[in-house]
Amino acid sequence: MSAKDLLDDGPNVIGVGLQRFVDDLQSQQVTATSVDWRPPATKDPAVLQATATLTSGDTAKLVDQANDEALQRMLSADPVLMDVNLAAELIEGLGEHKILHAGPPIDWADMCGPMQGAVCGAIVLEGWAKDLDAARKLAESGKINFEPNHHNSAVGPMTGIVTQSMPLMVVENKAFGNHAFCAINEGLGKVMRFGGNDESVLERLRWLESNMGPLLADTLLACEGIGLKNIISRGLSMGDEMHQRNVACTSLVLRELAATMARVSEPEAASEALEFIAGNDQFFLNIAMAMGKAIMDPVRDIGGSSIVTAMARNGTEFGIRVSGCGDQWFTAPVEMPRGLYFPGFTEKDANPDMGDSTIVETVGLGGFAMAASPAVAGFVGAGSAADAMAYTSRMAEITHTRNPEWTIPALDFAGVPSGIDVRKVVSSGVPPTINTGIAHREPGIGQVGAGVVNAPMACFEQACLALSERLAAS
Amino acid sequence: MSVLFNEVRKGFYLDSVALMRLSAELTALSGIEEAVLMIGTPSNLQIMRDANILDAAGEEAGPNDLVIAMRADRKASINRALAHAEKGMKGNSAAGKAAEHRARTLRGAAALQPAANLALISTPGEYASLEAQTALDLGLNVMIFSDNVPLERELELKQNARDKGLLVMGPDCGTAYVNGTPLAFANAVNRGATGVVAASGTGLQEFSVLLHRAGGGIRHGIGVGGRDLSDSIGAISTLTAIDLLANDDEVEQIVLISKPPGEATAKKVFDKLSASGKPVIACVFGLDASDMPDGITCARTIKEAAVLASNNPDPQSTQPANSTTAVDLPAIAAGVKVGAGRRSLVGLYTGGTLCTEALIILARAGLKCSSNTGAAGADESAQHRLLDLGADEYTVGRPHPMIEPAVRTPLLEEAINDSAVAVVLLDLVLGYGAHENPAADVIATLAAAEGEKPVIVASVCGTDNDPQNYYSQRAALEGAGVIVCNSNTDAAELCLLILKQANLS
Repeated sequence: MSAKDLLDDGPNVIGVGLQRFVDDLQSQQVTATSVDWRPPATKDPAVLQATATLTSGDTAKLVDQANDEALQRMLSADPVLMDVNLAAELIEGLGEHKILHAGPPIDWADMCGPMQGAVCGAIVLEGWAKDLDAARKLAESGKINFEPNHHNSAVGPMTGIVTQSMPLMVVENKAFGNHAFCAINEGLGKVMRFGGNDESVLERLRWLESNMGPLLADTLLACEGIGLKNIISRGLSMGDEMHQRNVACTSLVLRELAATMARVSEPEAASEALEFIAGNDQFFLNIAMAMGKAIMDPVRDIGGSSIVTAMARNGTEFGIRVSGCGDQWFTAPVEMPRGLYFPGFTEKDANPDMGDSTIVETVGLGGFAMAASPAVAGFVGAGSAADAMAYTSRMAEITHTRNPEWTIPALDFAGVPSGIDVRKVVSSGVPPTINTGIAHREPGIGQVGAGVVNAPMACFEQACLALSERLAAS
Repeated sequence: MSVLFNEVRKGFYLDSVALMRLSAELTALSGIEEAVLMIGTPSNLQIMRDANILDAAGEEAGPNDLVIAMRADRKASINRALAHAEKGMKGNSAAGKAAEHRARTLRGAAALQPAANLALISTPGEYASLEAQTALDLGLNVMIFSDNVPLERELELKQNARDKGLLVMGPDCGTAYVNGTPLAFANAVNRGATGVVAASGTGLQEFSVLLHRAGGGIRHGIGVGGRDLSDSIGAISTLTAIDLLANDDEVEQIVLISKPPGEATAKKVFDKLSASGKPVIACVFGLDASDMPDGITCARTIKEAAVLASNNPDPQSTQPANSTTAVDLPAIAAGVKVGAGRRSLVGLYTGGTLCTEALIILARAGLKCSSNTGAAGADESAQHRLLDLGADEYTVGRPHPMIEPAVRTPLLEEAINDSAVAVVLLDLVLGYGAHENPAADVIATLAAAEGEKPVIVASVCGTDNDPQNYYSQRAALEGAGVIVCNSNTDAAELCLLILKQANLS
């Protein structure tokens, strides 16, 4: 709008600051809206300066171009669920005494209760110790080599523990040829992702390794993989946001698998496997996570880009990675989720936020797609459809664009907000909203609720500082 | 001893999230220790068993049944909670309200309002320049109401806007009219064919009000900010504004109201005005006709500028329509008696430009005043004093006195009760953005004072269409013994006459 247009057409105003000016204009039937403005969350002058640098002048243009490239890669991804195989076969160097975990790097001593519980369970599962007590001693001895899933093309929900003999689902990004891995969802109740480690938990993991994994692999081979872009697109119009609610996508995948699975296996085995999938609304979450990782990995390391390529929590710290800063983690203490609790539990029982599942928000789903899934908005606030839409609209203020293929009917088919821009997070003071399950703080008890949690602002502030330093040096 | 209660509703299904919310609501009721509503799937029943809230009745539930389980202090609490549950289970009868999303950022708002063409920025000054830069990046023109924007940032913003063909009004721009629409602090005046460029706020307001009364009207009033005409900014916005007014066919004449420009800048501005091809009236405080190029009509006061712009030969044309008394300032002055021993003038202004205009009028007549405005002609040792209460030293952490006139009250009290004060000079600014009843505070302060008071002279900058209504404000002041003049120019000149008559000038 040139200055001449302003004078010829009259003002069409956005007010930033005093509400009375906007009210006065509205009373004269002039189009005027106001920004719900508030000062930046940070008072740190270095962060403010870095953000200002990244959002103005030539530097802003450079970052914008890099972000265009990042989004071009995200949106042209073609993720397909291809295979299931043992972790040792898929991940180089994953062998004896090596354990992968959720979130940014962490030492045994700093792990929260559920993650330590899951580690002990995995040690017993692998036979590196005869029981849980011995497993704990082994972990404390420093003889276990811990690494984040994210350093190994993998992701895992909650504790995210992966060891050599666990079967992992494989999603291939056909557009870029890269692969990403995630374990098969264990279902409800006592499970390792929430720190469960008793015999029933290990028994189910053994069954996944010996039965479910190979059967799923045979089925996927026979049906030449399942394209995931379309499944997500349909799932969004069926009320899923792919983090807390996956009932539609799970059903869609079940539909894709059923006939082929019946053909490639014994009837009883097929029946058992299909029943396992049908009994777990969240079965698809782990597929969505591997998909998210497969989409985001080719976006890493675009010079100057301020787009977030990973968000992950280890139960102690929240970490993000930003394209223009390569594989560097920016971490801050995780926040506590707000939400609803199962009977017998309260927020006193809750573990801080945990898991790699935030990769789902990183690609524009989960909390970012809340408008598609009003049922999920019930975990916080009034739970109205309007609340759900407000969440998605707010996330659009911190993202680069909207995904034209993943659309939300209730928003007149506007796409999900995609490509979290650390500059926009810091300058708006709006943190990414994450839909999440809530684990008990003690190992072995499991999920005690569900809700939402904010990504800590400090991660994004550090990223802005680091990105502006890198750009100044280049 | 607590009571355990289980009830099974056969064949009743509700989404688990809705049930969890309802459970949380029930648990929050008084007397309820725990309430659980769940569909009776085997895994849910196990969870309830583990929580010790399932009894024999609940155990009978199947996967298509709802279990309502509660533990409470007594049966009455359970009954109350059950009634609450019934309501919740009926669902929400009211239709969902439409999503009214208010953006948290200018970028977000612009995405929702693609036809927007102006960002009006009134954040604290330290954030204003970043918001203004964002607005320019989004292709929006900008009006910066905020003050305290660093000079180098102002220059950067204005250069940037010039490159993009956009307009920056301000910083510290209190008033503007765009296509007849008043923005921020502005009065409801007639639309017309006059285009104005003004440094900032109340000068433009006073001019528009007087022009309105004289039968003229405003098409555009572009505020450029108090520093635009300095040599460090080089009149970037002023030059843009003159071009815009020159190229707008509906603008028949151009009026400039400002403090004196920087030396190098004055020539650029006057050249641009001369080349506009339209009649130009310039009211530049402190400059006379001899300081301006031929072809530009010089107005020495805002009132004179309005009379010239109105094309109305009657010099009284700027008085309010239903004012019955002819404006005969000497006659009014003659009717005023200054008490013995009273010797000084105190001006307490809410409008900065009005304060400057008064200073200039008094200085031209040889009356020395001290002031905080930094205007030419101020003399710190003078017995007379004019204060701009909108200046930073009075507004840090407080609203502007045009929004909250009470800021003036303690100073007014002091002046009224000072036996050395002969005349108190006030302004009251009406219009959008301003306080809803600025006269009330002045009247209350006068009523509270005892004994002989100084002469109180005021002007009211406003129109009959303003939200506060000019006539009722004026009548209220007159009822309290205030001499209300038709313009700030008149008010300052009346003060001069009163002081002269009492041999105090």
